[in-house]
Amino acid sequence: MSTTTVAHHDEHADHPTGIMRWLTTTNHKDIGTMYLTFSLIMFLVGGSMILGIRAELFQPGLQLMNPDFFNQLIGVHALIMIFAALMPAATGFANWMIPLQIGAPDMALPRLNNWGFWLLPPSAILLTLPFILALFGIGDGALATGWTFYPPLSIQGGFGVDFAIFAVHLLGISSVLGSINIIVTLYNMRAPGMTLMKMPLFAWGWLITAFLLIATIPVLAGAVTMLLTDRHFGTHFFDAAGGGDPVMFQHLFWFFGHPEVYILLLPVWGFIPQILQTFSRKPVYGYKAQVYSFWAIGALAVVVWAHHFFTAGLPVPALLYFMYSTMAISLPLAVLFFCWIKTMWKGSMSFETPMLFTVGWIILFGIGGLTGLVLADVAADAQYHNSYFVVAHFHYTLFAGGIMGIMAGVYYWLPKMTGHMYNEKLGKTHFWLTAISFNMTFIPQFFLGLAGMPRRIPDYALQFAEFNMISSISAFVLGLSQLLFVYIIITCVRGGKKATDQVWEGAEGLEWTLSSPPPYHSFAEQPVIK
Amino acid sequence: MLMQGLKKIGAILLLSMVSVAAYADYSWNFPEPVTPMALDTLHVHNKFMLITMAIFVVVLAIMIYSIFAHRKSKGFKPVTDKAPSTAIEIFWTLIPFAILLLIDFVIMGIPAYRSIIMMEDTRNGSEMVIKVTGSQWRWQYEYMSGDAEGIKFVSNLTTNTKQMYNEEEKSQNYLLEVDNPLVLPVDTKVRVLMTATDVLHNWWVPQFGASRLAVPGFIRETWVQVTKPGIYRGQCKELCGKGHGYMPVVVHAVSKEEYKTWVLAKKDEAAQADAGADQEWTKEDLMAKGKEVYEKNCAVCHQVTGAGLPPAFPALTGGKITTAPIFGADGKYLPDSHLDRILNGKNIMPAWKALLNDTEIAAVTSYERNALGNSVGDLVQPSQVKAARQ
Repeated sequence: MSTTTVAHHDEHADHPTGIMRWLTTTNHKDIGTMYLTFSLIMFLVGGSMILGIRAELFQPGLQLMNPDFFNQLIGVHALIMIFAALMPAATGFANWMIPLQIGAPDMALPRLNNWGFWLLPPSAILLTLPFILALFGIGDGALATGWTFYPPLSIQGGFGVDFAIFAVHLLGISSVLGSINIIVTLYNMRAPGMTLMKMPLFAWGWLITAFLLIATIPVLAGAVTMLLTDRHFGTHFFDAAGGGDPVMFQHLFWFFGHPEVYILLLPVWGFIPQILQTFSRKPVYGYKAQVYSFWAIGALAVVVWAHHFFTAGLPVPALLYFMYSTMAISLPLAVLFFCWIKTMWKGSMSFETPMLFTVGWIILFGIGGLTGLVLADVAADAQYHNSYFVVAHFHYTLFAGGIMGIMAGVYYWLPKMTGHMYNEKLGKTHFWLTAISFNMTFIPQFFLGLAGMPRRIPDYALQFAEFNMISSISAFVLGLSQLLFVYIIITCVRGGKKATDQVWEGAEGLEWTLSSPPPYHSFAEQPVIK
Repeated sequence: MLMQGLKKIGAILLLSMVSVAAYADYSWNFPEPVTPMALDTLHVHNKFMLITMAIFVVVLAIMIYSIFAHRKSKGFKPVTDKAPSTAIEIFWTLIPFAILLLIDFVIMGIPAYRSIIMMEDTRNGSEMVIKVTGSQWRWQYEYMSGDAEGIKFVSNLTTNTKQMYNEEEKSQNYLLEVDNPLVLPVDTKVRVLMTATDVLHNWWVPQFGASRLAVPGFIRETWVQVTKPGIYRGQCKELCGKGHGYMPVVVHAVSKEEYKTWVLAKKDEAAQADAGADQEWTKEDLMAKGKEVYEKNCAVCHQVTGAGLPPAFPALTGGKITTAPIFGADGKYLPDSHLDRILNGKNIMPAWKALLNDTEIAAVTSYERNALGNSVGDLVQPSQVKAARQ
């Protein structure tokens, strides 16, 4: 296939310019870029919120904020990081890379795609507006219940809860639309010869994610709508006085909430092997095993939810079932780890920034996974539950396993997207700063949790002071290092050494056959997979 | 360079906080267990941690070896992987999964099964029952059986706000100290019933290893059997609003003899309070008692000055309810009057009738009407509260 032919067709691409280009675009690359930009902005917003928290927790006592504002920051931080930073980043990559990887000219449903993105900025506004309104004396701020919305606290709360409920509705619609689009694209628009079992793993990871989203987002939407009617229309779904049950909300919420973890991670598990393959100069090991593991994890994801509330008073058979089923997740996950390391084994490795992030990712996500296995044990969970041990655990899975994975993807594909190489030296600096300060932030939190510090408290007893101080200082280093990330991306977009089409010596796959950056309309001639 | 700078900053900060550092310590594991459940939890935790660390170290070692050995810069040429095909290859591939299965469902799974059965067995061998009720933001304890049956009291945080706002040096048990700790006899299995009045709470003492959600409208249960006398401290660990960080759990575990003495003293105290409720109280006594009750229970929301935190927590100073008449022509209290609100609550305002005795309610009502910038003039007597409860 000749790339010059493809570039030639680009001249026919006519589209509006300026703001109208972005508002009305149906181009998968434009929409992908918007998702990724939105994600980066919200990552900084959510990050600065948590730096406020870490500053408050720097030493015992109340220094900067009152406890109510503290509670608002932790909840909105989580919602922003999950729904507005991590998920859009994965969707951004999906938009950019899935059509390129499967040899499709665009996504199957381009207008839906546009709508899916443009639902996000309003929901980000809904999440953060109560903070601004409170500055003008309207209302008492954003939701202060933590991101989990547990009633009756969320029924007691101010209109910040309603804002968050509607934000979740919009984000949910956006995710479901995105998922439909990806499923339709993957089933219908693969290049001739690309059977499902020849799809790149990134496409596979996203396919399972999309199914999980469609299966679970409606449950979340239903649960928060029930909350809304409890708050305003006199229903009693979660009020014992009217025959309801507050713990039922936890079941509904985590029926969505646990698969959500895999929704965030599966796309990353998809492209990590591709990065390993590129920088090990050796094909992905165990492709089929990985695909089957994705399916197994996707299936287990929807049947283990109650391990998030072992201390809520479940009957013994339920405790046993949810414990053993949760432990079972370690099996397919072990297959994945095995395949990742086997892909590296006896390869010819080089360590550019994407590979550094990937190797760091495997190690740190491993810590997250192993602590997760420990957490599955009901007996020990009584101690870990809602302590800082859990906070440290899920930051190992979601910051290391999620965001550092996304960063690996950014460095991997940025030259393809922009046509320029990023500054390798700065990229490596960014990796080391992030990896070291991340560990320095969260390792102390494991010990805080074991010592008995509950999460979501604005002030703490004196024996927790040392570890909190280390954690806070490191969190600021971690936060400020991300400004370097932003700088690297901006300079890379604006210029730099020209990237070749293949970009990386060992890169293989359809996206590397196109020019860097790819033409506005790619694959004017359909590639054929042998 | 950067790390040196950080160290310097850290050193300066540490020096400036000697008072805090005096009590702080690095603790690397669960605190010393004092119940069978906590001991079991610690064993499970230690065992599981060792196993996962061993897995981690082995896998990491393999990876690090590969990272150093299989480098392009060393001229290492990639090999071609083959899927395991011969029986012996398949055997080696399956070994890690067999090990994992063994760890998950045998080495950890069987002891975990036993632990769960033990944790959930609240009844067999239990000698007494207590009820723990979580409210925003205090714990209420009630002894349901045995010698102490009928004793109930509220346990409030005693750390003053000056310490929280760094105007005073923090005491050793900052945020983990209460006025009325729960008192339990050692070596006695205590069945703990758990509920809440408003939102979810979670009663947790790390050294007990027991933690259970308190759900309004439902009873949950757990048990404790303290094996060593001492003072044990913990906290609420379910986000329950702005006072979540301020509802500590403090338990005094005492010998069985000391426990008996305590029960007698507590019963005596209750009898005296009952007697006090039948007396006519003077204004000074009511106001003094009322100030004490107010600052312990009410000031967390309505503030010490009575200014409140509108709109969530209205001001009592010049408030509509606090300055309106309480009793109607028939001598009964009016709906939505000051006394009605304190007794029965409304929305976020908790109902205090189960938490405070007649004297305390009479005193705090009188105090709110004649202090905090109010001067309504009338007093509420304990006998009136007693009548109002009927």
